[in-house]
Amino acid sequence: MGFEVPLKPNHWTLWPSERRAQGDPSGAGRQDGREALCQGSGVSLPCVGAGCRHYRLSRLSRRCPRRARRRPSRGTVGSRGNYGGWEKKRRRLEELLADGMAVDGGCGDSGDWEGRWNHVKKFLERSGPFTHPDFEPGTQALDFLLSTCKVLVIGAGGLGCELLKNLALSGFRQIHVIDMDTIDVSNLNRQFLFRAKDVGRPKAEVAAEFLNSRIPDCAVVPYFKKIQDMDESFYRQFHIIVCGLDSIIARRWINGMLMSFLHYEDGVLDPSSIIPLIDGGTEGFKGNVRVIIPGMTACVECTLALYPPQVNFPMCTIASMPRLPEHCIEYVRILQWPKEQPFGEGIALDGDDPEHIQWIYQKSLERASQFNIKGVTYRLTQGVVKRIIPAVASTNAVIAAVCATEVFKIATSAYVPLNNYLVFNDVDGLYTYSFEAERKENCPACSQLPQNIEISPSAKLQEILDYLTNNASLQMKSPAITATMYGGNKTLYLQTVASIEERTRPNLSKTLKELGLVDGQELAVADVTTPQTMLFKLHFTT
Amino acid sequence: MARPGPKEQRYDRQLRLWGDHGQEALESAHVCVINATATGTEILKNLVLPGIGSFTIVDGNQVSGEDVGNNFFLQKSHIGQNRAQSATELLQELNGDVSGNFVEESPEKLLDNDPSFFNRFNLVVATQLPESTLLRLAEVLWNSNIPLLVCRTYGLVGYMRVVIKEHTVVESHPDNMLEDLRLDKPFPELIEHVQDYDLERMDKKDHSHTPWIVIVAKYLTKWFSEKSEQLPKNYKEKEAFKELIRQGILKNDNGTPEDEENFEEAIKNVNTALNRTEIPRGIEELFNDDCCLKLTEQSSSFWILVRALKEFVANEGQGSLPVRGTIPDMMADSNKFIKLQNVYREKAKKDTAAVGSHAAKLLQSLGKAPESVSERELKLFCSNAAFLHVVRCRSLAEEHSPNSCSRDAIISHMDNPDSEIVLYLMLRAVNRFYKQHGRYPGVYNYQVEDDIGKLKSCLTGFLQEHGLSVAVKDDYVHEFCRYGAAEPHAVAAFMGGKL
Repeated sequence: MGFEVPLKPNHWTLWPSERRAQGDPSGAGRQDGREALCQGSGVSLPCVGAGCRHYRLSRLSRRCPRRARRRPSRGTVGSRGNYGGWEKKRRRLEELLADGMAVDGGCGDSGDWEGRWNHVKKFLERSGPFTHPDFEPGTQALDFLLSTCKVLVIGAGGLGCELLKNLALSGFRQIHVIDMDTIDVSNLNRQFLFRAKDVGRPKAEVAAEFLNSRIPDCAVVPYFKKIQDMDESFYRQFHIIVCGLDSIIARRWINGMLMSFLHYEDGVLDPSSIIPLIDGGTEGFKGNVRVIIPGMTACVECTLALYPPQVNFPMCTIASMPRLPEHCIEYVRILQWPKEQPFGEGIALDGDDPEHIQWIYQKSLERASQFNIKGVTYRLTQGVVKRIIPAVASTNAVIAAVCATEVFKIATSAYVPLNNYLVFNDVDGLYTYSFEAERKENCPACSQLPQNIEISPSAKLQEILDYLTNNASLQMKSPAITATMYGGNKTLYLQTVASIEERTRPNLSKTLKELGLVDGQELAVADVTTPQTMLFKLHFTT
Repeated sequence: MARPGPKEQRYDRQLRLWGDHGQEALESAHVCVINATATGTEILKNLVLPGIGSFTIVDGNQVSGEDVGNNFFLQKSHIGQNRAQSATELLQELNGDVSGNFVEESPEKLLDNDPSFFNRFNLVVATQLPESTLLRLAEVLWNSNIPLLVCRTYGLVGYMRVVIKEHTVVESHPDNMLEDLRLDKPFPELIEHVQDYDLERMDKKDHSHTPWIVIVAKYLTKWFSEKSEQLPKNYKEKEAFKELIRQGILKNDNGTPEDEENFEEAIKNVNTALNRTEIPRGIEELFNDDCCLKLTEQSSSFWILVRALKEFVANEGQGSLPVRGTIPDMMADSNKFIKLQNVYREKAKKDTAAVGSHAAKLLQSLGKAPESVSERELKLFCSNAAFLHVVRCRSLAEEHSPNSCSRDAIISHMDNPDSEIVLYLMLRAVNRFYKQHGRYPGVYNYQVEDDIGKLKSCLTGFLQEHGLSVAVKDDYVHEFCRYGAAEPHAVAAFMGGKL
């Protein structure tokens, strides 16, 4: 197959059917008969766009000869305004036929009713001046959505509920949703798939149940899991992944997973190894959406510096000179709780336990009054302890709608997708702005370039640790560092397991030279921010 | 403050955005939504979830298969039933605190038989309404002073228009507001407070725990006595001023400067700290507005307070608005910080009281009860004095009349090839199509080609009638026919969120 790797982002190709079989351990998920159908088409076209043109053609020709025949020649594909007299008559005839045959009108033998997909079909069955250059109108695209396209929604919270609804009403049926959370009362003001009776149950499961019962033939599959609990064969099965997350670490992790799927042949990216990622985020009245085409457009790690660093109060302020009510609450949370262990030894502070918050609140009030600080309230206490991000239904609705529209555009090739970052703000009036976030030349996740660390051999290991955590484009959380030496792997430092941490801690104050590291040495670094171990090459400076 | 009740728990995340005050306003509102289309129910969803007081859906249509296809709040079993009732049932499930009502009547009929029906609402939202009905509705609401929100999803295009004579905003929750520190015009209490500090005779600990506001104020005095009678204005002067502060950093025995975070903060904040205290232009405009100058018995408390504010500025304020009374967090020990904070707080209280006494006099002269402006309202008003905002819109009739449409603005927007005003023109052309043909263009596949020509002539007619000599690309005409008045769910949901 002669793939063309597009140069411009708005010409990228998507998961043509020939996803590399050998690179796909999941097998069935992604092959789902598509290859066979493609071969059956007997037409050799470049694979472009959702569902791939061969795929749609061949599939139709198999199921519905009447429709397959109507395509007069390849010459009309994607051309504009090809409404000749013949075409017109044919279309009318076709509509009349379809009306009488609503049950099997290209939508399978499901419980579809007349008119169900009318709003969607207009975008898929008509040519238009602003469509994707490779878009080809017809019934195949809807067919692809209804019966083949598999989408993963990460997060079943405020954005997730909206995403699931939007996708289901846009024609997607094979929707999988993963979320590790259970439902809390404070979710009910925006997560509209949940009711008071559902509090305490897993979000993903309740969302799937609700959607599957409200929308006929919708087959949402829930996973009450962390994204890290699923392996790569799970993620490989999807055509598109869309995220409604509130955690940067989780975003980085899934981003790393998708980047690891990229396959290069002679330095050329194999487009069939790409799974697009649509990422939405909101905070109060602000939000953003980005479309990430792994290996082609900026990924989460390329733009890591865009996320503002988390603000923590300096310890000396908290401990000895509080000025704000927040400082008093942090004092109680960080210093007083572990010291007093008010709910028994070893019981950790639980932000969802009202008794715990009440205790923190009372103690914070006491501390605040010592310093004449006003403004400690229960609400503020809870906000500080749980690091609550304010949220409201309307912003989620906007961001999820943009995300779902992008999924639709990519899945159907109906329009050119967002390139590639949109920000939204309705604090004062309405404001949207989109721009093209640029790829980072030496991005640790998507650049294929080795990561170098320039460092003096007399530097201590601690400096490498600091570099990995503080560097704006790495921002690791608890990196574990190993080196291959003397024919084996040696763990230089690992902090997630207490016993190993203790054993390897002395290494931090040793110099690289003392540790036996040499110029050009590769260090393997594992961290929660990425599913892959990252390799860093040491370059000794003199 | 006690532990939150169930309601406060449920609404916790939004209360952090708009506060109890905003929530009360929401809970006392009654909104009318015309047409339970996907756009209509998505809007309602986003009002019912946060707990609007009550809603009423007006819709005379029966549910079609197409409706169920794009609307989350309609089900297959509803096909053939009234759309208002069906949607109300499913929306009501979202929140038991909300009272949901429906009227199985078309807005046209209501306008014919009982136009006063709409007077009971705080807001009317009209979705997917034909132009002629919309103009009638808009006139009724305009005359009764009820805000109207026009929402429309047309293919991939969303349209939203607020029609309101006047909307006054006190709590605009500004995003990046500048601090109100008055370092350029220090008030007597601040001068006195700063004088209590003697940076020369402080021990090291106190020196490094003095708030930067005090440091800047101190060095400004020095600047005035040594360098210039004016505030540092340009880059060069500001750099010189920063250097002056830098020299004040304590030095250790070797002569190297100590690590004094508060001085670093002072230097970093010089640029914004020296902003002139001025009346924002928008507020100046409010002061000169007829509603402020000519108070009547009908005047709202907003305008009475604007007038009181104006009088404060002319008298006690000596040309400035009341002090806001808040300062940012900064490196300082608790005691020094709280004392400084109190200086600003007390001044804000005093200024608010002064505005209050102007307001009381005004209320008296208008024959209004003094309690018609509450303490809380006064306080909110004064602390937001720099951010007051008034929205005024033209009526739809004015916008639609060939004599008063914003011709020049449209033409100049069309000069910009990226301007989305072309979508507005296309929507107007589509409306004209509807008026002429009783349907929207391209609803059925077989009509698309013929309708392109028809829509083009509607567009030309519209442009001519309104004296708009602009060129609209044929591509847009084709695209709007392709839409065929489709209301894709995601676009409707987007509109719903923009409320």
